[in-house]
Amino acid sequence: MHVLVIDDSKAMRIILRQILESIGGHVEEAGNGRDGLRTLQSMARVDVVLVDWNMPEMSGLEFLKTMRADSAFPNAPVMMVTTETEVAQMEKALEAGANEYVMKPFTKDVIREKLQLLGIQ
Amino acid sequence: MSRCLSETDMQCISNLVREHSAIVVESKKEYLVLARLEPIVKEEGFTSIADLICYVRRTPFGPLHRRIVEAMTTNETSFFRDLTPFEALRDEVLPELIKKRKDRKSVNIWCGASSSGQEPYSIALVIRELFSELDSWTINFIATDISSEMLHRCSEGKYSQLEVNRGLPVQLLLKYFSKNGRCWYVKDQLRNMIEFKEMNLAGPWLPFPKLDIVFLRNVLIYFDRETKQRILTKIREHMSGDGYLFLGGTETTLMLDQAFARVPVGRTACYRLRPVLENSGHVIS
Repeated sequence: MHVLVIDDSKAMRIILRQILESIGGHVEEAGNGRDGLRTLQSMARVDVVLVDWNMPEMSGLEFLKTMRADSAFPNAPVMMVTTETEVAQMEKALEAGANEYVMKPFTKDVIREKLQLLGIQ
Repeated sequence: MSRCLSETDMQCISNLVREHSAIVVESKKEYLVLARLEPIVKEEGFTSIADLICYVRRTPFGPLHRRIVEAMTTNETSFFRDLTPFEALRDEVLPELIKKRKDRKSVNIWCGASSSGQEPYSIALVIRELFSELDSWTINFIATDISSEMLHRCSEGKYSQLEVNRGLPVQLLLKYFSKNGRCWYVKDQLRNMIEFKEMNLAGPWLPFPKLDIVFLRNVLIYFDRETKQRILTKIREHMSGDGYLFLGGTETTLMLDQAFARVPVGRTACYRLRPVLENSGHVIS
């Protein structure tokens, strides 16, 4: 399982990396949406992208819209991992092409189960 | 607060739970007793778990004893736990039952030890979301638990953010739940599908209709062999000849009740009564 984690919090990236590696994931990281797009293009294989919403330079939602609009990017499943918990925001993420949604805080089980739902685990 | 229990205190809790639920609390599960009883100690104003147990010993069975039994028998759960039994429902069990029951247009489902309700609501979600033809059918869906507190939670259909984060596809969350503050509530269209009732698996059973689908997952493991056998016998008596029994991944009817045969269904397995399998030419393991 090859995963791209995009979050401006280094601590959050470390937590996600630890969780994903413990279930056999290979993780690439980026600190905002713009770096995320660059990293995504450089990856030979991407099974899933985990992306935060609120980040400097480019938000997770903008990242998602750009990724879905341009066929040059892989059509990998995207899971928003965010503190945004309002229904309207969640609907916005789904409309933009998110496949799953995790509300922070989360546990390892949450990530594992959501990956299962996406058929990745 | 004392962090460990004496052997006699452990035995006292173990006896109490066994007597009122038939569930076995092994002596190595001291950590579980401590974790489950500490909130009661604090809320009821006892000075320690030993103090609480001393009170339990001195007084006849009452609400506090019941609360302890309930605290010890409540288990962690999540939506679509293990996923594969729900795939089996979706891909094989419900399509087959729809064909077989098309004349009577009714399906009877029981979900035992439903805890905080995620398991029965997951079954209801599969039915409501994927089988619109069942909207006009009679779905007798009963979920039971030993704990009145858990049943209240189930009926209320109220879940925390962390609980809806676990195993529930976001599309179903948005469609079948409404948010109020930090809590999520099951919408009536789903909640009204299920009748929540109190039942001790080791006590007298409710008068079920003939059951087509039984979910009793991750429950038998807590009982001794004799109680497991009694429960399986009762399931057999209540189940339709062509019904489906789903147990937990580490549970089995093997060496307990020969009337059941393990049958693969998709990526998992369920248990079915042997006569119907023999008549239908299925291979029996």
